[in-house]
Amino acid sequence: MQSYYEIYNNKQFYMERVEIDQKVKDFLVSEFEIDESAIKPEARLREDIGIDSLDFVDIIVIVDRTFGFRIVPEELKNVVTLEDFCNYIDKKVNK
Amino acid sequence: MSRRVVITGMGIWSCLGGNKAEVTESLRAGKSGIGVDPVRKEIGFHSTLTGIVPRPDLKPYLDRRMRNSMADETEYAFMAAREAFEQSGIDNDYLLENEVGILFGNDSTGKAVVETSKRMEEMKDSFLLGAGAIFQSMNSTVTMNLSTIFHLRGVNFTISAACSSGAHSVGMAYLLIKQGLQDVILAGGAQEVNPISMASFDGLNAFSKRMDEPTKASRPFDKNRDGLIPSGGGAALVMEDYDHAVARGATILAEVIGYGFSSNGLAISQPAPEGSVRAMVRALNDAGVAADDVDYINAHATSTPLGDKAEAEALTDLFAGKKAIISSTKSMTGHECWMAGASEIVYSVLMMKNHFIAPNINLEEVDEAAKDLNFARTTMDKKLDIVLSNSFGFGGTNCAIVLRNI
Repeated sequence: MQSYYEIYNNKQFYMERVEIDQKVKDFLVSEFEIDESAIKPEARLREDIGIDSLDFVDIIVIVDRTFGFRIVPEELKNVVTLEDFCNYIDKKVNK
Repeated sequence: MSRRVVITGMGIWSCLGGNKAEVTESLRAGKSGIGVDPVRKEIGFHSTLTGIVPRPDLKPYLDRRMRNSMADETEYAFMAAREAFEQSGIDNDYLLENEVGILFGNDSTGKAVVETSKRMEEMKDSFLLGAGAIFQSMNSTVTMNLSTIFHLRGVNFTISAACSSGAHSVGMAYLLIKQGLQDVILAGGAQEVNPISMASFDGLNAFSKRMDEPTKASRPFDKNRDGLIPSGGGAALVMEDYDHAVARGATILAEVIGYGFSSNGLAISQPAPEGSVRAMVRALNDAGVAADDVDYINAHATSTPLGDKAEAEALTDLFAGKKAIISSTKSMTGHECWMAGASEIVYSVLMMKNHFIAPNINLEEVDEAAKDLNFARTTMDKKLDIVLSNSFGFGGTNCAIVLRNI
């Protein structure tokens, strides 16, 4: 079976937005132990969800594994809310 | 300034049990914690023997960020520290309001380093190593994690001194408190238990091959010993100024009255009676006690042919014809390496408080070099007042600690 990364590189890849939102929610709950009630599109990653600079390093690892691309930290400069983050993933995965 | 230094709390996570009550029971019963790890054979070890130490479940106590930064030995040390603070009556509020230090013995983070290195080779991108890798991989993983978890704001560093690491951490804590520089220090030792960290030690052909009889493999001072068994876990002691402990109404378990150290200055793996004697004499002098005052000696003896012989000669030099009863608890635990010096002080104080001497199991035929010494071959009921604990390590680093019952 091809990994997301391989499929992505072969440009055969497309992921529905609803699936992206769900996968992000899943890893925030399972890996970061975030309370489900805190996970809302308008929630700010740092202030409301409590993601700190070290958590962002782990997010790079999880996004690579889950969505098959490697985050460039500088590209997250304007990512403030969870919705911004899912938009960013959507753009990278479905470009 | 010279103050009295006491132990007001202890915690232990070892192959003899996950708390003081379980470990006391194992020590009294002469129960071995040694088993086999079949994986070791598959990956090229010559001995599959190891202390069997379960991994603690930290989820009920610590959040993901804290757990993610911890190596195996840090997890063991956390469980021990938690138990020690609890016994000492030191809670989170106390830690937030008072300065408490930490000194731990640790001398490797083999698994964390190797796994990080393997992942780097595989992924070829350091961003994919994760945030926890660095905090697991440094030798100070125990002190950096525990100081964060418990809000410790006093002295904070790790002591690496091979198999004397844990004992020197107790010795250094003793000196800092005695001199009035700290009132309370969490001291201890931690040792990872996994094949990766022990492969190169196995490569010295230093481990017992008695794999068909794991519980009989560790036999310090026995004529037919054939090597040590690697083991590990975490041991923690709350060490405190006597007046400070009395003022806050803490239960005092024992007093640390002597710390002796020395270095052999010889070959890297060569044991030396002369260096061991110097450490013991220095500790006895510091304690102000004579050799004949010592009721019990927790020997370093790891079950290697050369090491036990050298220690037997050193002990004979000081204690032949004296009343001291000797046992090596490594006959049950295996060699807890970087943790051993601290865990054996925990074991000794448990014996002291429960009035018994744990046996040197598997001592069937005493080595010629140890024939003039008194061994506890079976559990002995005995009131212990003065106890000496020895630790010796690669590079010739020796440590002796003297304890007094209170």
